[in-house]
Amino acid sequence: MKLFRRNAMRLAHASLPPQKKDDPIHVRIVDVHKSYGDQHVLKGVSLDIHRGKTNLIIGPSGSGKTVLMRQLIRLEKPDSGKLLVNGIDFAKLEGLELAAMRRTFGMVFQMSALFDSMTVFDNVAFPLREHTTLSRKEVRDRVMARLSALGVAGAAHKLPAELSGGMQKRVAVARAMVLESEILIYDEPTTGLDPITTEMVDDLIIEAEEMFGVTSIVISHDMASVMRIANYLSFLHEGRIVASGTKEELLRSEHPATAEFVRASRITLE
Amino acid sequence: MPDAAPTASDAEESSKPRASLRDAGEWLLKLLLSPFAELGALFELLGEALFWGIRPPYRGRLLVEAMEFVGIGSIFIVSLTALFVGGVLALQLVDGFRDFGAENQTGAVIGLALAREVGPVFAALMVTSRAGSAMTTELGSMRVTSQIDALITMAINPVQFLVVPRLVAGLVMVPVLTMLFNIVGVFGAFFVAVSLLGLDPGVFMDRLQWLVDWDDVSQGLIKAMVFGIAVTLIACRQGFYARGGAAGVGRATNRAVVQSAIAILMLDYLVTSLILGQGFF
Repeated sequence: MKLFRRNAMRLAHASLPPQKKDDPIHVRIVDVHKSYGDQHVLKGVSLDIHRGKTNLIIGPSGSGKTVLMRQLIRLEKPDSGKLLVNGIDFAKLEGLELAAMRRTFGMVFQMSALFDSMTVFDNVAFPLREHTTLSRKEVRDRVMARLSALGVAGAAHKLPAELSGGMQKRVAVARAMVLESEILIYDEPTTGLDPITTEMVDDLIIEAEEMFGVTSIVISHDMASVMRIANYLSFLHEGRIVASGTKEELLRSEHPATAEFVRASRITLE
Repeated sequence: MPDAAPTASDAEESSKPRASLRDAGEWLLKLLLSPFAELGALFELLGEALFWGIRPPYRGRLLVEAMEFVGIGSIFIVSLTALFVGGVLALQLVDGFRDFGAENQTGAVIGLALAREVGPVFAALMVTSRAGSAMTTELGSMRVTSQIDALITMAINPVQFLVVPRLVAGLVMVPVLTMLFNIVGVFGAFFVAVSLLGLDPGVFMDRLQWLVDWDDVSQGLIKAMVFGIAVTLIACRQGFYARGGAAGVGRATNRAVVQSAIAILMLDYLVTSLILGQGFF
């Protein structure tokens, strides 16, 4: 029966329109709006995510970063606007096509969101067992390869609760990457971590990009971390992207809210 | 001296009582409608579970785990309560029946009460307190730590993965636990009535077999199935949509236990009315 579903998923994937995988813009967000009752949170967000690069979305608390992330991964459906992933409008997909397209993304949640009833190994093996027909040996080999690459192979048989915050993040990255997703989304990956672990997580994001060639989207307000890892930056303010570009371009932005945010972060190009 | 013209702040002041009256009205309306909203949400989740329950993949291991948790895990607590409930029923009935020389009917009445009412109601209440509350806490923790969102991002339907196995486990295991409750309850009543109160064992069992038949047992089992679905559905609904961190999970668990207990007693009345053909009221 699992085979039936996997085949259905494969057919759904095949039925998707042709994907533009050579376009340097991996994800194009066009005029996305989202409201909750009277509260208009996203007021026409437009943004390009560059293929194979680390793209950061920054902004103060309450600016709509997490809401934007939830639309991007289709945990919620935008009220209007387009989410073009490889040229396909992700916002319009439903059912099996949506499920098939979701495999393009891997998600690393703020609190890692590892399944606490499963071991580290089972957490990472879970997407493979659900979505592939790999043999036990193949699953084991692929999981252990990912865990080794991220330096947590020794913790394979531990439960998530037995790991430190940094190790949990590594396992979460391994789980997000095990299906060889093209895009990894990190939601505030360094919030609440000590400086050493923060640096470790930053290195991890850079390593993931360099080793596996993934496109990274990082949502953060930790400016020190941002400056270390970003290739491209976008500043979200009151539900709109008000500045975007390279690190240098963003630091020189004349938009008042962006300039104020940069000034308060005490970050300079030097 | 002429009256001063009304200012904007005067108009604001006079509109305050109207605004607070409207707020109170809205609050009252919301309070009156909330049970219906809750019922609607339960049926919505049940519908979703039915839809996803018949679609592959069928995860047998999850079902076995849920059945083990609801059923095997509740054997001790159900047996213990059944033993004492049977015993106390025997104490009360022998004492009451002796006043008019009818203590020989003790076995029959206890058998009937256990099979039709006490067995399914108590078994469901025990499952609520042990397994239902744990289900809400587990799903609630998964919700507030984004584990349910993680399932969605991995293209796995969380209702199919988390709710369906628990509902099926409730549907199957609460009747099984009801049967266990009936058997252990009769044993407890027999021990108290015969060993402690001196009733004749042959008469006790003879009257029990004479009055209790398969219809009585099946009535109890139908109720147990309804309770099993209700208890697990409420527990899953409260956990699945829990919000507000650890405190929110605590509140959800509290609501799940209270709602389940009320639902068991209300459904008991409704199902009994239907089975006996008496109408609801």
